[in-house]
Amino acid sequence: MKLSLGPILTYWHQHDVREFYEQSLDWPVDIYYLGEVVCSRRHEMRLEDWLEIAALLGAEGREVILSSQALLESESDLKRLRKLSDNGIFALETNDMSAVQLNQGRPFVAGTHLNIYNKATLDLLYELGAFRWIPQVELSGTQIRELLDSAAYAIETEVFAYGRLPLAFSSRCFTARYYDLPKDDCQFKCLEHPAGLQLKTREDKDFLVLNGIQTQSAKIHCLLDEIDEMRAMGVGALRISPQPAGTGEILKAYRKLLDEEISSPDALKEIKTHAIDLHCNGYWHAMPGAHWEAVA
Amino acid sequence: MSIELICPAGNLPSLKIAVDNGADGVYIGLRNATNARAFPGLNFDLKTAQNGIAYAHSRNKKVLLALNTFPQGHRWSEWTDAVDQAAELGVDAVILADTGLLKYASKTHPQLRLHLSVQGSATSYEAINFYRDHFGIQRAVLPRVLSLAQVDNIISNTEVEIELFGFGGLCVMVEGRCILSSYVTGESPNTAGVCSPAKSVRWQPSPEGLESRLGDVLLDRYSDDEKTGYPTLCKGRFTVGDDTYYALEEPTSLNTIELLPEMLKMGISAVKIEGRQRSPAYVAQVTRAWRTAIDDALSSPTAFSVRPESMSTLESLSEGQQNTLGAYYRSWK
Repeated sequence: MKLSLGPILTYWHQHDVREFYEQSLDWPVDIYYLGEVVCSRRHEMRLEDWLEIAALLGAEGREVILSSQALLESESDLKRLRKLSDNGIFALETNDMSAVQLNQGRPFVAGTHLNIYNKATLDLLYELGAFRWIPQVELSGTQIRELLDSAAYAIETEVFAYGRLPLAFSSRCFTARYYDLPKDDCQFKCLEHPAGLQLKTREDKDFLVLNGIQTQSAKIHCLLDEIDEMRAMGVGALRISPQPAGTGEILKAYRKLLDEEISSPDALKEIKTHAIDLHCNGYWHAMPGAHWEAVA
Repeated sequence: MSIELICPAGNLPSLKIAVDNGADGVYIGLRNATNARAFPGLNFDLKTAQNGIAYAHSRNKKVLLALNTFPQGHRWSEWTDAVDQAAELGVDAVILADTGLLKYASKTHPQLRLHLSVQGSATSYEAINFYRDHFGIQRAVLPRVLSLAQVDNIISNTEVEIELFGFGGLCVMVEGRCILSSYVTGESPNTAGVCSPAKSVRWQPSPEGLESRLGDVLLDRYSDDEKTGYPTLCKGRFTVGDDTYYALEEPTSLNTIELLPEMLKMGISAVKIEGRQRSPAYVAQVTRAWRTAIDDALSSPTAFSVRPESMSTLESLSEGQQNTLGAYYRSWK
């Protein structure tokens, strides 16, 4: 089973992004997803910068995919999407049907935001060129298995295995709202929150994380004990979502677990030392996503 | 120039009252998980749907059937059965969100008119044209996240008709792209047709005030002099940094009635009123206010102003008695 490194969902300074990917050459990453998925106002990294990193990683023999923005609102969003689609080298992770419209007929990855909930939808995306898909994170393991059991073609399934869950998109920027700034003059406050901005309940419990126009879970979705089940159903890759520190160690623990060098309790112990919040895995078990189901 | 007024009906009395008060079309759902307002006691069985369609058609009005959740796993046939039933019932269109179901409907019932639901999350003309090219959709309902200028750009770049939300509950998130509800309760609009489901809501008195909870999560706490609202997850008060406030959105409703002349000028095909879960009396009042406003705007687009009595009716029916132009007005973002 391969390990993928998902796109950086929060907003980091360019030098931090570059350093992150330089360090990642020592990490067991098989597939990289690069690019800005969340906000069109984030310009620390331009397409040329991403392509430079992509070339560097590609030269090291890693698979590189460019991730597209999930929420497109304006003509300039579409212009950027066209430029991304026409990069000439790297396939896209399509996170909106507009990206599928521009990439159909050539190989692409069907991203989690395409809302693939059933075989008929997957069939169509496969026909249009998808060679890999990432299920909606709220689908349970059983639902994914049922879907894969009925698909008679070879499409790789990648499961979002570690990281804060992408729960919602809005056109409103909640980070700017917190700072009482208009979105158009947000002063790029997201840069001050490389792991997102914590939102707690009035009982002071961690609940959500604000990431500009995206809302994430505060808890870290973590699938470990579920790996045997995933292997049996034919899942081909696990996605680890970047966090500002500890991502490499988490990837290494996953690799060791996949290679059966360590047990899953040991992997969990290792990962917990780098976790930035509590873990959850409810969605996989058809429970509320925030739930943690201890697997025997 | 014209614009269709599309009104909600959670039951037959609401459908009739919407038609009687000036709706051009009424949208309904079946009594199962196939639609995004799957509340107990709501929606239509086949017989009431037949009655409703006959009532509307005899008055030259349309009935649209919303099948706008995402079919999952072995339950796929519940949704395809519903599409088959819609074709048999003779509805004027089905409102679909799921790509696979759109494919089924366009192949199996090529004569059936297809609308892309707001839950389909199409916010650009490239996305809308994807659905047009593959399934021949004739109308798309836009998520409540675009500014009017952005809507205008969409209209200029597709021949698919555009329908906008005009009044009612305001989703602050992109419809179809929000699973906050299932994160807490296990059920979301996409999978189960519900957001912040009533069965997961608890009201609890506490020394610090009345508390509303969704599952285990404290959404809000009200002092005695504060008005309570339905505890929708995104409209609770939370703490960020040192501030406790409506971190995502206030309990407020969308009301775009004053934008009608602009909407007409841009060529919006239809305006939709939210609220299949609301009472027939609500449907009657909102429909009448919007019918009057649309007729006024059509007869004198340059001299249009909302009648004060219509505005006060709509304001009194809004969540928390608050109205917003939402994302149509850029500063909301």
